[in-house]
Amino acid sequence: MKLLEDFSLGLFFWQTLLFVLLILLLKKYAWKPILNAVNEREEGIKNALDSAEKAKREMENLQADNQKLLKEARLEREAMLKEARDMKNKMIEDAKDQAKEEANKLIAQAQVSIETEKKAAIAELKSQVANLSIDIAEKVVKEELSNKDKQIKLVESMLGEATLN
Amino acid sequence: MRTKITAKVLTLFLLMISFTAFASEETGKGDKKTEIKEYIQHHLKDSYDFSLFSYTTDAGEHKYIGLPLPVIIWDEGLKVFSSSKFHHGETVAEVDGNYYALYHNKIYRTDAQGTINYDAEHHPTNVKPLDFSITKSVVMILITGLLMFFLFKSLAKSYSNNGGIAKGAGRFFEPIVLYIRDDIAIPNIGEKKYMRYMPFLLTIFFFIWFLNIFGLTPLGVNVTGNLAVTASLAILTFLLTNFTGTKDYWKHIFDPLGDSMPWYAKIVLYVILIPIEVLGIFIKPFSLLIRLYANMQAGHIVLMSLIGLMFIFKSWLGSPLSFGLAFAISLIEILVALLQAYIFTMLSALYFGFAAEEHDHHEEAHAH
Repeated sequence: MKLLEDFSLGLFFWQTLLFVLLILLLKKYAWKPILNAVNEREEGIKNALDSAEKAKREMENLQADNQKLLKEARLEREAMLKEARDMKNKMIEDAKDQAKEEANKLIAQAQVSIETEKKAAIAELKSQVANLSIDIAEKVVKEELSNKDKQIKLVESMLGEATLN
Repeated sequence: MRTKITAKVLTLFLLMISFTAFASEETGKGDKKTEIKEYIQHHLKDSYDFSLFSYTTDAGEHKYIGLPLPVIIWDEGLKVFSSSKFHHGETVAEVDGNYYALYHNKIYRTDAQGTINYDAEHHPTNVKPLDFSITKSVVMILITGLLMFFLFKSLAKSYSNNGGIAKGAGRFFEPIVLYIRDDIAIPNIGEKKYMRYMPFLLTIFFFIWFLNIFGLTPLGVNVTGNLAVTASLAILTFLLTNFTGTKDYWKHIFDPLGDSMPWYAKIVLYVILIPIEVLGIFIKPFSLLIRLYANMQAGHIVLMSLIGLMFIFKSWLGSPLSFGLAFAISLIEILVALLQAYIFTMLSALYFGFAAEEHDHHEEAHAH
């Protein structure tokens, strides 16, 4: 009960009055501006972080796009190179085939013409040889038949040969 | 590590007790002890003047250094006069033909000789006028209020001046403000409603903390160790809790079991439950007021007793020991000053949390 006796109503009155006044004053002039400023700052930081994150993600997307493009270009180049190589090979092959064919054809033609020439040459040679032999025979006959004796002898040998055959 | 320190302190303390036991047997020290006891008693109470220190001259005359404060009383009309008229309780003050005297630090109306009449239980029967004096505690409350106002106003201004960044002393106080918001208000009250209670929580935290710290200064003003002050703070918490209480808060008090039981079963339980819940409304703030009062009061008593021991011992061993102990207790008291402010704020936030609580009935209906 001594505690209650010591309780000072005046101090209670002043404390309550001053404290309520202090709350109201601080609320208006300090706490509201402080909390608002802090909230604003935190909002700002959050926004900045968000946009940084967004920029980072965009950057990543861009990089991925670049990578993709690069990869595509490489693939295309490879495809083009392959195509060119294939084309080159095919052209060489084709040219080879064509050349071979042409050569074969030429060879065949040459063979044919050689054959013809050969035949012609042989025929010519034959006729030449016949002419020559006739000439020789004529000359020989002319010689042989210049005297009587020789003519009889020849006839006889020829007859002899004929009988023998 | 901590237990070691505690053990050391405890040993020291036990040592002290044995010393005091010795000291009490010696003669001639009784006067000093009662003097110190009275001095402590006097210090713990509010006073009508702002005394800085007092001493006794060689001629045995008490000298007081300090400022007189205005005394405001209501006794058949408003009466205002300076407390210097009491001469620290040594003389009777005469105001407008009435005589007033101090008895146990209270103002009583007396006659010209300052006679105090007592009843059978030695209580004064003199008229006690309504007393609204600006006492030492009121001055400290005013100083703290002004300090807080200018401190936090400058912090608020430094935000707008420096583009949202605190400067100077604000750098120290901003994290505390944020701590109260993020770790006391939001977890207890909730994201949605905490803003409504923030001004009260911030003001009460810094108010109690600053006054506790002021109490540890050589000025020695024991404001938060005063029942009237803590009662006022607790009553404000009480009013704020109950005036902002939601329907769910009151439902929790008067219908704590809800739909979990049929009404005839509830009636029997409610005969016991409702009085307990209603009592709880008052016990919560009451615990606040007693906790703060008792902690600060006890701290001051222990600290001053230890300082007083130095004058009792007057020996090469006892005095340094009690000085060391007083120093250690001072450090602990600095911690207690912060701790008590934190606890008061934390529990207030907790009670506001109960008051602001709103159940999601829709969800609950689904759960059942």
